Amino acid sequence: MKCFALFAVFITGGLLLFGTADFPEQGDPHSPPNAGIPGDGVSISHYYLTQTEKDTHVPNVVTAVLADYRGYDTLFETVVIFAAGMAIFAILRVSGEPRKRHRPITDSSINGDHRRIIIGTTCRLLIPVIQLFALYVVAHGHHSPGGGFQGGVILGASFILFALANNLTAALQRFSEKTFMNLACLGILIYAGFGIFCQFLEHNFLDYGVLQKIFHTADPQMARSHSMLGVEIGVAFTVTAIMFAIYANLSSKGELDNGL
Amino acid sequence: MSDFFLNIIRPDFNFWIYVILMMIGLWAVIAKRNLIKKLIGLSIFQTAIILFYVSLGVKEGATIPIVEHHSGPGHPLEERTIDPEKYANPVPHVLMLTAIVVGVSTLGVALAVAQSLFNDFGTLEEDEILARLKMDPELNRRSNSSTHV
Repeated sequence: MKCFALFAVFITGGLLLFGTADFPEQGDPHSPPNAGIPGDGVSISHYYLTQTEKDTHVPNVVTAVLADYRGYDTLFETVVIFAAGMAIFAILRVSGEPRKRHRPITDSSINGDHRRIIIGTTCRLLIPVIQLFALYVVAHGHHSPGGGFQGGVILGASFILFALANNLTAALQRFSEKTFMNLACLGILIYAGFGIFCQFLEHNFLDYGVLQKIFHTADPQMARSHSMLGVEIGVAFTVTAIMFAIYANLSSKGELDNGL
Repeated sequence: MSDFFLNIIRPDFNFWIYVILMMIGLWAVIAKRNLIKKLIGLSIFQTAIILFYVSLGVKEGATIPIVEHHSGPGHPLEERTIDPEKYANPVPHVLMLTAIVVGVSTLGVALAVAQSLFNDFGTLEEDEILARLKMDPELNRRSNSSTHV
């Protein structure tokens, strides 16, 4: 099996490298991905770079493309994360009679256990800062690299850090299963809600410009900017909840009693 | 020999690195017997593809695709011209954000399936699982229809 694998890998690698010989030079601003094919009109990346600030008043082109120009794609990307969380729930989560206990429940009190002084104190100092930074990343997605996915992952990671430092039971007391399942659904509802609300106002799905009437902004471009923030908040909710849900289900084999 | 290095590898040595990473991942998926090692190989493969795509959007001397903005009066937006050559191509970044997120989701589901397999068979080695399935074909039907909830 290993010989066949080596053979297949070398053949595939050789063919791929043979293909890269025809590539344009690395870093060329006029290569087809960057500048389009001559005679074909304005390339899509040129359009995004030059028109984003005029269309949406958002300097971060990546966030604008993700949340506004290609917002439909991002909506279903969020649904994919949600579906992954549901799939893990469906595969692993047990209920009904508990299986026989394999491991004793560890003591989760920080004060009582001397081994946890260093970890407990460090986490108690770090976790609020991490969560604040996560909220900053979500809120500043318009002006600096960031957005819903990045901030959501950091926020989810802060809960995972708490669960790793203390017991999973202690983390679930603060962020229970009902809470994170509801939060995941709420995130997608917010995102789809923005889109359907635009439809109620007789425009296309996710056509944010019409929300100018609701937000009372000066022009439709600012309405698009605000809607992008709202939509990114929805994404952050879902990503946070599902990151922690994945960790909780995987580390406790679905029982959600005793983590790593 | 040095001619080969200077003319063929050096101009696009980053593509060589991505292809080598991809092939390491592919080899791990095919050749390793442990299921978790196969999953790690899949993750390496995916990371190499993401790196490759993002490298396609690089422009020499360009900065990140966040347009310089000056707020306040005196800087009307319509008069400013943005030179696209000063900013990196944003489209690969956007596509790869989606790819990373989908990759993490599928990795999570794959790990859950691996855990479920371990619960049913007691091992994560591919050949042992296949042997146990051959010995006891009932196991496949039982483990497929077992419900947890």
